[in-house]
Amino acid sequence: METIIEPLFNGLLLAFEPVNLTLLVIGCLVGLFVGAMPGLGSVNGVAILLPVTFLVPPTSAIIFLAAVYYGAMYGGAVSSITLGIPGASTAVATVFDGRPLAQAGKADLALTTAAVASFIGGTISVVLFTLFAPPLAEFALKFGPEEEFALMILAFATFVGLGGDDVPKTIFSILIGLVLATVGLDIISGKPRLIFFDVSGFFHGINFLVLAIGIYGIGEMLWTLEQTQGDVQVHKVKSSFRSLWGNLKHVKEYFGTTVLGGVLGYFVGILPAAGATPASLMSYGLAKTFSKNPDSFGKGNVSGVAAPESANNSASTGSMLPMITLGIPGSPTTAILLGGMIIWGLRPGPLLFSEHPDFVWGLIGSLYVANVFTLILNLAFIPVFVRVLTLKFTILAPMIFILCIVGGFAPTQTMHDVWLMFVFGVVGYLLRKLDYPVAPAVLAIVLGPLAERSLRQSLLGSHGDPMIFFERPLSAFFMVCAVALVAYPMFLMWRRKKNGANGGAEAG
Amino acid sequence: MRLLRNIFMSAALTVAVSATAMSGLVDKAKAAWEPVKPVEFIIMAGTGGGADQIARLIQGLIEKHGLSPRPFIPINKPGGSGAEALRYLQDHAGDDHTILVTLNSFYTTPIIQADLGVDVSQFTPIGRMALDTFLLWVQSDSGITDLESYVAAVKGTNGTWKVGGTGSGQEDSILTAMMEAEFGYEVTYIPFPGGGTVAKNLVGGHIDSTVNNPAEQNEFYRAGNTMPLVQFTPERMAAYPDIPTARELGVDIVYFMQRSINGPPGMSAEAQAWYIDLFSKVYNGEEWQTFCVEDGLDCTEWLAGDDLQAFHGAQIERHKALIEEVGAAALTGE
Repeated sequence: METIIEPLFNGLLLAFEPVNLTLLVIGCLVGLFVGAMPGLGSVNGVAILLPVTFLVPPTSAIIFLAAVYYGAMYGGAVSSITLGIPGASTAVATVFDGRPLAQAGKADLALTTAAVASFIGGTISVVLFTLFAPPLAEFALKFGPEEEFALMILAFATFVGLGGDDVPKTIFSILIGLVLATVGLDIISGKPRLIFFDVSGFFHGINFLVLAIGIYGIGEMLWTLEQTQGDVQVHKVKSSFRSLWGNLKHVKEYFGTTVLGGVLGYFVGILPAAGATPASLMSYGLAKTFSKNPDSFGKGNVSGVAAPESANNSASTGSMLPMITLGIPGSPTTAILLGGMIIWGLRPGPLLFSEHPDFVWGLIGSLYVANVFTLILNLAFIPVFVRVLTLKFTILAPMIFILCIVGGFAPTQTMHDVWLMFVFGVVGYLLRKLDYPVAPAVLAIVLGPLAERSLRQSLLGSHGDPMIFFERPLSAFFMVCAVALVAYPMFLMWRRKKNGANGGAEAG
Repeated sequence: MRLLRNIFMSAALTVAVSATAMSGLVDKAKAAWEPVKPVEFIIMAGTGGGADQIARLIQGLIEKHGLSPRPFIPINKPGGSGAEALRYLQDHAGDDHTILVTLNSFYTTPIIQADLGVDVSQFTPIGRMALDTFLLWVQSDSGITDLESYVAAVKGTNGTWKVGGTGSGQEDSILTAMMEAEFGYEVTYIPFPGGGTVAKNLVGGHIDSTVNNPAEQNEFYRAGNTMPLVQFTPERMAAYPDIPTARELGVDIVYFMQRSINGPPGMSAEAQAWYIDLFSKVYNGEEWQTFCVEDGLDCTEWLAGDDLQAFHGAQIERHKALIEEVGAAALTGE
């Protein structure tokens, strides 16, 4: 323990140095804004701010950029909840329940939940980072293609195995997502696939933000228009110190989910190539599966906000571990941080911990502090954020519309994607009318490419033998869990049906 | 969009020309072009790999020394052995704000995938930043100590020996195919999205060997996780004085990879000149030269513009010959 306490204490002291603390607070604020703006993710924020950091020592620089990254994870939830458009890819899952809560006039509760869950998830991951960094780096190394694929199957299983939803429709939705995920260049051979109508825009594949913004932004707006015949009620949301306290008391409802999401997020985060977006989606699926009341998910359950928010913060911290110890960034944003480290003269790798302890521990220390500050900033800004919802629909709708276009254009900067987004918007609206769940499609388009690559790598390695997934202990474990996750809700449904029949007879 | 931009550009040009004509006193014949928006710095490979590290270092150096009025934004487009990136540049023909940092898949991918519709000889050559080198790496505790025991070990596995690389048709798969032809063994080649991931999978024991670039493997070498057996350079590099070259061991395999900066087809001459000037500054800077020595890159000869074009031409021919020799099927696994 002593080997951790002393450097951690030094790291915290470093984080509290005036320069670092100032940078940290500014970074959190900037991140909050960057994350909340659709089309401006933490990637852009960190990339644009990288040059600023050459003016200060490396430790201050990483503290600043990590704070931006961190703040953006909190900020992403804001537009997901208030506007129904994910501010960043990591906040897509927050829309699922955050938006219905806002529509029910509980935006302040949703925002408080997001902030608190982020704080809990973030804290769990920093603690895990502090205590177990070297063994966890070892664990990340154990993950080969087979384990990665098994984990992806597990993620899909959490979405299929959701009690309450129509299972065939969920599977259909996943398949649509998987097909969309294969559009573009084959990841192994590089051959073009599914280039519809020879439109060159399909060569770069279908960006999942385009799908998510189309379905949730545009599709949602169409749905609202139809439901209300254009006469949309303005939500009266009051947010005061007292209501904040009342909202904080809800913590016990989602505490368990949040802790689970935090731990899950951390482990997904430390796997190179996964990152915070899959983590948040998986956490949402898991929360729904283990919920006593899975039917309420997607209709405004606070746990549905807490699970992804906890996981995305936790994963963002987790993804710094492979960056530092293996030199492999776990997310696009950490890839830019990695670039910063190289230019600051630091070589990430297994030796960084022992050769530059100030840097590593300064970063860890700052994560603790950043966590507290972003929580305070977030809670303080909630009254401002909910004001957005008091705007008239005639003002709000064009705003949402423009933000959707910006968000759809930003990732690839082609008009092709904007048109595609509109198409998805209409499709999303129709699917919703037909009562198809769309969240599984979003999950599939995120995880599809990861699953495909690891599947093909595994099968190349095993010369086509699928038993490889059951021969390796870790992947076998995930596979068994996946089967159990699908079977468990089916078993419950079967029992409910049986009980229902019996219960009906007894009551009668 | 493009039409709009063209109209805007020509309007701007008219203003600029008339302004010049009116002042009539412009003494400097300096190219007036400068980026007016962030420059997309496309990397045709995944994060953590050699190209990625180089692009991010260059980006940092440009920022640090204030060489560009607008930032360079590195963007990874690793799909299909660089096909995604090449296609992206082709689609951005005439764009002065998109540049590409290359691997040798710059040559091989268009040869293997003729239907991609990309002709790299039409791209705008800017500058060659380095020649990257290759070594053969295995886990330190694999029991293999030299090339001889390596070949014996591979032969003993009957084709199940797993070699990790960055994509079928990428330079490392060519080198792997060259070794297969030379030693008469067969391996299972598994592609990963970048050299960094390959390195991680080697350390984790998910693959048995790789021919990674030094920058991708060095930190694991220093930490004692992996070790090089042989280097594929004409002479031993300063960074690896104790590792024999293939030639010393009587195996005639020498293979380099260029790391160059190129613009899309039809980039304006003014923009090309500005980028050449920028990258020659980076190239001659102390940081870049130090990086080259430490990471086993050859940065002794700066090639730019037409010289780079000629170099590309020769390399395309060489790769056509190499691919013909080992067979495209051996590379794509079909």
